[in-house]
Amino acid sequence: MDLKLDHHSEDNLTIVDVEGEIDVYTAPRLRELLIDLVNKGNFHLLVNMEKVDFLDSTGLGVLVGGLKRVRAHDGSLELVCTQERILKIFRITGLTKVFGIYASVDEAKEAHGRDK
Amino acid sequence: MATVELTFSALPAHVRTARLVATAIARRTGVSEALLDEVRLAVGEACSRAVEAHRVHCPGEPIVIELRDDSGRFEVTVTDVAPSDDLQQPVVPTDGALLPEMPGLGIAVIAGLADDVEVSSGAKGMRIRMSWPASPNGVAAV
Repeated sequence: MDLKLDHHSEDNLTIVDVEGEIDVYTAPRLRELLIDLVNKGNFHLLVNMEKVDFLDSTGLGVLVGGLKRVRAHDGSLELVCTQERILKIFRITGLTKVFGIYASVDEAKEAHGRDK
Repeated sequence: MATVELTFSALPAHVRTARLVATAIARRTGVSEALLDEVRLAVGEACSRAVEAHRVHCPGEPIVIELRDDSGRFEVTVTDVAPSDDLQQPVVPTDGALLPEMPGLGIAVIAGLADDVEVSSGAKGMRIRMSWPASPNGVAAV
């Protein structure tokens, strides 16, 4: 399955909906979107990965790159993910300690609201 | 003897094909359903690393993946011919498609996924061999 990307803003948060496979072929598109959002002043990003079928280290690199970029603006990049096979790669690489990972968009929005 | 040998050009689009082929053969070989996601991810990581290395050093050379079902194990070997001294070095982006944020992460992921991994590298390329348990008679029990 190819990669589908969409995004919208709610209050101070930009939600990026990702669907499909994030790998060495498709990850550059996600990378470009994250860079574009940051360049346009969106520094609080929530990447919804609930419809992601596959994620590899290239995709992780893109997310880490996005995190670095938003942090340079005192921003945040957090994730929504409950799929065990996707969470496993975050655990293997220790990135569960780097990203805020939430079970739903609502849960993440609530946490984001508390942190504001 | 290799059950299946796949040779592909160093293009990111082919990595998905390699993943699909490896997963299909793993299933037929008798790797349990619970391990198929690990096979898919580990093979994808090995092929992605090889593709990125070839695109930097030798874009015209193909990458070889061998899939075997010897002795109750499903074994995958991914071989490239790019000098592998850059394993931990950032890959230089050539067309915006390569991602330098976390070089070397792919090998770490493979090590975390396969219970048997052997990485050998040198001036003539890198060979990643990994294996998983499989049913001796093929076709995993459901």
